[in-house]
Amino acid sequence: MLEQLLYFVQQLLNGLTIGSTYALIAIGYTMVYGIIGMINFAHGEIYMIGTYVTFIVIAGLAYMGLESLPLVFTAALLVSMAVAASYGFAIERVAYRPLRGQTRLLALISAIGMSIFLQNFVRLSQGSRDIAMPSLITGGWTFGDPSSFEASLSYMQVIIWVVTLVTMAALTLFITRSKWGRACRACSQDLGMTNLLGINANNVIALTFVVGAALAAVAGLLLGLYYGVVNPYVGFIAGLKAFTAAVLGGIGSIPGAMLGGLLLGVTEAMTSAYFSSEYKDVVAFSLLVLVLLFRPWGLLGKPEVEKI
Amino acid sequence: MLKLENVSTHYGKIQALHDISLEVKQGEIVTLIGANGAGKSTLMMTICGDPRASSGTITYKGRDISKEPTDQIMRTGLAVVPEGRRIFAGMTVEENLSMGGFFTPSKRYKDNMELVYELFPRLKERENQRAGTMSGGEQQMLAIGRALMSNPEMLFLDEPSLGLAPIIIQQIFEIIAKLRDEGVTIFLVEQNANQALRIADRGYVIENGHIVLQDSGANLLVNDEVRNAYLGG
Repeated sequence: MLEQLLYFVQQLLNGLTIGSTYALIAIGYTMVYGIIGMINFAHGEIYMIGTYVTFIVIAGLAYMGLESLPLVFTAALLVSMAVAASYGFAIERVAYRPLRGQTRLLALISAIGMSIFLQNFVRLSQGSRDIAMPSLITGGWTFGDPSSFEASLSYMQVIIWVVTLVTMAALTLFITRSKWGRACRACSQDLGMTNLLGINANNVIALTFVVGAALAAVAGLLLGLYYGVVNPYVGFIAGLKAFTAAVLGGIGSIPGAMLGGLLLGVTEAMTSAYFSSEYKDVVAFSLLVLVLLFRPWGLLGKPEVEKI
Repeated sequence: MLKLENVSTHYGKIQALHDISLEVKQGEIVTLIGANGAGKSTLMMTICGDPRASSGTITYKGRDISKEPTDQIMRTGLAVVPEGRRIFAGMTVEENLSMGGFFTPSKRYKDNMELVYELFPRLKERENQRAGTMSGGEQQMLAIGRALMSNPEMLFLDEPSLGLAPIIIQQIFEIIAKLRDEGVTIFLVEQNANQALRIADRGYVIENGHIVLQDSGANLLVNDEVRNAYLGG
């Protein structure tokens, strides 16, 4: 009995770990959608680039002989956020802004093009093979009887939760307290009115891309260190998962993205544990189909009211 | 202060405004009256640069603003209370006001907030309430308060009385008069011609995108054509 409970708890812990990183990426999708109504399909690639930058920074600092773990971690986090943010800014500027005001399909196609471009750009510059990174943070706690089932909680998992929580708290403060954060929300409710208050909506849109990209880089760092491996294609599936999480929670809603990410992570972990890990993507995307069928506005989203 | 010369506006191929010329002098209340679809809101929004005038010039404080982007125009001492109020429904009253005061220097910001709350005590009571859950009158107050947060020299109001109870309308018009007394120049678009002409220094009548009449508020109020068309005979 206790074994089964521990097994369940273990899956829950694993699910919450992956789920919280999905949530971080999903916020980028949901914020951009909320403000300009487009799906930024290049967002997954930003996450992938975040992981690459993390690995490069860690390797570089190790080469220079810097070994203080907190210092290396912080440096990697800041650099990957900054690099990802500039990618986010540049993508919006180059691929989306010139198409604003045109039909939405154009921006969508441009996003897919940007995604393919970034994937291949990284493939050419970094090679297409897996790049591995030895575990930076090892160890953890174990619970239960070693002879039967032992649940474990690694330090890395705890770090993932803490960093995610802190990041989300910072984001929440930003969008509720700071005037630029509030402007992001104002724009997502009525872009034209925000312009009529003298606020340059283009700047707010650029800011949204920058913030979303920085969050994706946080996820890139965390998952990169957790798995210890990266290749140029990881952004695609992670992007799809996070997109699913955003739709699940209600696209446009930030709390929805957080909830959707966690839910998706736990669902995947449970499917792997009690069914078969090969089916975890099937179940995840089936969940998306079910939500779209029965609650198309998502768990925390609001149904769109057609005004007549 | 604000001068329009031969301004025309098109929506695609449809011409909504035809060679409009109009002037608002400092310290005045000028009203624009007309029926539904006559082009009142289009005219007001054209001044804000959205939609853009297809020809003619719009001069504000001696500068041609007809080619400037909307957000830039709106940072030059103009504020607008648009048609349908367009408050940010998902944000609190305080957050809505803070968006209006986005560019207000932090020294003035607190004072402005207090002035708005003084003018509309209801808003103070509902400071942390989501704006979308308030009544129409309260939302209208919020829309006006939001516009006042930027210390505008000139205020555009688009049908502030639409859909409100008579007692609230009375209040709103009193506040408009009060603002003028404090030195704010007011351009008021109204369907409620009676009330609007009563407080206006001057008025313009718009029909099918043409200005057909202009005179002082008092004269328009007794003008036969206006009485028949807009004041119910």
